[in-house]
Amino acid sequence: MLKINKLHKSYPIGDSSLHVLKGIDLSVESGEMVAIMGSSGSGKSTLLNIIGMLDEADEGEYILDNVPIKNLTEKKAAIYRNKFLGFIFQSFNLINYKNAIENVALPLYYQGLKRKERLEKGLFHLEKVGLKDWAHHLPNELSGGQKQRVAIARALAANPKLLLADEPTGALDTKTSYEIMEFIQSLNDEGKTILMVTHEEDIANMCKRIVRLKDGVIMEDTFVEQVRASQYV
Amino acid sequence: MRIFDRDLWSEVFSTLTKNLLRTTLTTLGVIFAIIILFLLLGATTGMKNGFDKVFAGTATNSMFMWTQVTSMPYEGFKKGRDIDFNLDDVELIKRKVEEVDVIAPRIQLGDFRGTTTVLRNGQTSGSSVYGDFPEIDQISKKRLVEGRFLNINDLKETKKVCVIGLDAYKLLFDKGENAIGEYIQINGVYFAVVGIYKKPKSINFDGENAIYVPFSTFQKAFNSGNEVGWLSISVKEGKTVKAAETKIKKLLKAKYKIHPDDPRAIGSFDFSQIFTGISVFTTALQFFSFFVGMFTLLAGVISVSNILLITVKERTNEIGIRRALGATPKIIKKQIILESIVLTTFAGLIGFVISVAILYFIDYKYAGKGDFPFDNPIINFTQLIITFILMVGLSVLIGMIPARRAVKIKPIDALREE
Repeated sequence: MLKINKLHKSYPIGDSSLHVLKGIDLSVESGEMVAIMGSSGSGKSTLLNIIGMLDEADEGEYILDNVPIKNLTEKKAAIYRNKFLGFIFQSFNLINYKNAIENVALPLYYQGLKRKERLEKGLFHLEKVGLKDWAHHLPNELSGGQKQRVAIARALAANPKLLLADEPTGALDTKTSYEIMEFIQSLNDEGKTILMVTHEEDIANMCKRIVRLKDGVIMEDTFVEQVRASQYV
Repeated sequence: MRIFDRDLWSEVFSTLTKNLLRTTLTTLGVIFAIIILFLLLGATTGMKNGFDKVFAGTATNSMFMWTQVTSMPYEGFKKGRDIDFNLDDVELIKRKVEEVDVIAPRIQLGDFRGTTTVLRNGQTSGSSVYGDFPEIDQISKKRLVEGRFLNINDLKETKKVCVIGLDAYKLLFDKGENAIGEYIQINGVYFAVVGIYKKPKSINFDGENAIYVPFSTFQKAFNSGNEVGWLSISVKEGKTVKAAETKIKKLLKAKYKIHPDDPRAIGSFDFSQIFTGISVFTTALQFFSFFVGMFTLLAGVISVSNILLITVKERTNEIGIRRALGATPKIIKKQIILESIVLTTFAGLIGFVISVAILYFIDYKYAGKGDFPFDNPIINFTQLIITFILMVGLSVLIGMIPARRAVKIKPIDALREE
């Protein structure tokens, strides 16, 4: 599904540069649910951004679904992101003047689908996250948990191969966090490959595998016994 | 990706209406620019139309030609010799100069610009009395208030008839009195009045205190022989007055043995030159108006671009989300350029409506009134189309600046911005 070899990334800071990723090797199989953990500055977000094609590595190899991701033009990156990836952000990143269904249908718009088809699919995914009745509400009329669910529906809309979540529960209270995690787990049960960055131990334990980063290298990569979120809800 | 995409338009619309006050203020620059441009153009057209009206009724491709005294000795003749045209010259010109369309010789009683005492029932007027051919009406149109102008029969039968101006009528007749068929006495000869004319609103050399009699009658009554005072000549369509003027002068100079370089012997006044002068003036004014208007418009469009730069900055996060969800740089660019076009065109249309309303008001209130040449100030279709094409073109070009700025932002940086 995803294969990374000797990935390096550094950022220029003034005259010197900060070496953030120092040779990452990671491979994720289809259907996995991986938590990437690490303290701030460990490079976990950078890694996720590179995987998400929002950023490019300086060195190393990255193969996603047998497609080598290298020297992408902005256009190509946009098309790949649309086709392969679904993003879930800590701060939801919904477009605030679009209602729930329009937000969900946005990736489909960039795929060039007809409006009717887009709205149908959008509604289907909203129903899946249990927000069918909220389809025409604006983001500021929704609670945090509902916003994140809209965002998940949006990430699912284009039927991506890989879901990338950057601290998906970071802005939510514990109860809502578990609800969201329960939903993400159910997606994984259906076969979706999920990669998430988190610094919360309990959330990470709800994944099937934990990769710990420190100072730009992988310290630990272990498969864990998945804690089902449903037991807390 | 199509232009007529409902979502693209709705997104453009929602961005522009998000901060309505700012959008309105931004469009003001373009609105004013368009108003200034169209008012300038309209005023120039109004002026041009005003001048056209002044010249209406006077063949603008015409000239006067008259004789003076020679200023150079030639072939044994001393300088200072008097030259006079006669009717044979008219025939000669008609035969030899193909450029000439209409030629109307005229003779005046007394001196040039002189007046003659005209009598009727004890009332008198000092009027200019002209012997004319009916053709003169084709070169310098008269507006007849009553009756008719001279015709070819009057000439053939040397009828003792005359056409009088409104001023002459006022001097010779009581108010409201019938003049047609009445007789007036000029130098002891009685003429029946057949028409009364009013001077046209346009340029007029004869005034209203003038009396026209048939040329042939004039010859007989006042014993002027073949003599001609001056010639009014118009040239054919597509020919220049200048060319005809040169040819005629050459012809007549040869005939009267005048030195070819004598500048004085034959005088002429090329009417088309004034007309050309004014037409060059109004065209230049039009060009200038366009120039000024375009730069004002450029300033207006730049202010639109400026605001779009600010909105791009504000929407950094949103653009980042869109990029992450698969928006290509092209789509982002397209949307911002479309915003620029919509804003500018919308403002342009408002400016257009306002300026048309103002021009209509000016036309209603001032056009055709007073002496200032101003009539029907309009913006023609070509000007309108050119302006709108330029406006849209400018808005696309200027819209590129914020559009490029938007796609320069990396999605990663855009998402980081909260």
